[in-house]
Amino acid sequence: MNSEMVWMIIGMGAVTYISRLAPFLLFHGRELPSFIQGVLKNVPYATLGALIFPGVLFISEDIWFGLLGAAFAFVAAYLGANVIIVVLGSILILSGYSFLFS
Amino acid sequence: MTELIIEEQESPFKKGVQAGLSIAIGYAPVALTFGLLAKTTGLTMGEAMLMSIIVFAGAAQYISLSLIALGTSAFEIILTTFIVNIRHFLMSTALNEKAEDDSLLYKAIYSFSITDESFSVVATREGVLKTGFILGVNLIGYFSWVIFTGVGFVIGANLSETLQESMSVALYAMFIGLLVPSMKKGVKVIYLAALAAIFNTIFTYAELLSTGWAIVVATLLSAILVEFVESIKQSKGDNHEQ
Repeated sequence: MNSEMVWMIIGMGAVTYISRLAPFLLFHGRELPSFIQGVLKNVPYATLGALIFPGVLFISEDIWFGLLGAAFAFVAAYLGANVIIVVLGSILILSGYSFLFS
Repeated sequence: MTELIIEEQESPFKKGVQAGLSIAIGYAPVALTFGLLAKTTGLTMGEAMLMSIIVFAGAAQYISLSLIALGTSAFEIILTTFIVNIRHFLMSTALNEKAEDDSLLYKAIYSFSITDESFSVVATREGVLKTGFILGVNLIGYFSWVIFTGVGFVIGANLSETLQESMSVALYAMFIGLLVPSMKKGVKVIYLAALAAIFNTIFTYAELLSTGWAIVVATLLSAILVEFVESIKQSKGDNHEQ
């Protein structure tokens, strides 16, 4: 194991544990300001948006590779497929694409 | 000793394990995919399993893989993990209200394994939550997550190169798969994701910020802006009612 990687993982674990543990230590029937609660609730969706774009365009030198995968994932998820089907389907589509066009 | 075993069959812990079984089943494929992607990202099996053991947070672990693949610094990855996982703060705050009064040591132990899924199972229960019940729900999911990370890594070692290349889309497909069902529930989610995507794209192409920081800043800007607009709308709505 690479020691820098191990320290990074420990750091990730520590910051994650802090947000899981802190409220039990800090709050006894108190509530956060509603604006801050709202912002925190927004974070996961905003993060997902920032993670998908523009990163998905760069997974291959061929920009269509990522776009095709993203488009398939979007349609599959929109039609109600669960996450695993979305993931495996995108992989399958791109395997077919690279088999045909490279 | 016999008395102890009989007592444990009816224990809140066992009830928790039963209630958490669906989480364990649900985690299996996601952890499998994580183990597999960790392998393609270049982590060792020990590192992949260590991450699942110590961090135990699906989205953050997936995100860290894509950041590692992009060559992001450890500090940025830890900060991104913090930002992504800060939502646990809210869940723990809610749980703190609902859980039985117990020693801080027990709370420190079960708070380690609170996830979106275990929270939703636990928080929808009626009445005061027993420490054993929370622990049971959390632990079965935890073991599933760790074990299937290892299984996924082993399977990943036997994949062809073409397939591994195509797998690079998996993270993004997973994010889209998580996002789209929420988008269908409300416009707010669409605004949040779209704004953050636009900010991040601008930061990336203008080379204003490094990848990790661009994601953090884009996320916070979008989350604050949308909340700000919403609170203005709400206060206007209140004025109209008056």
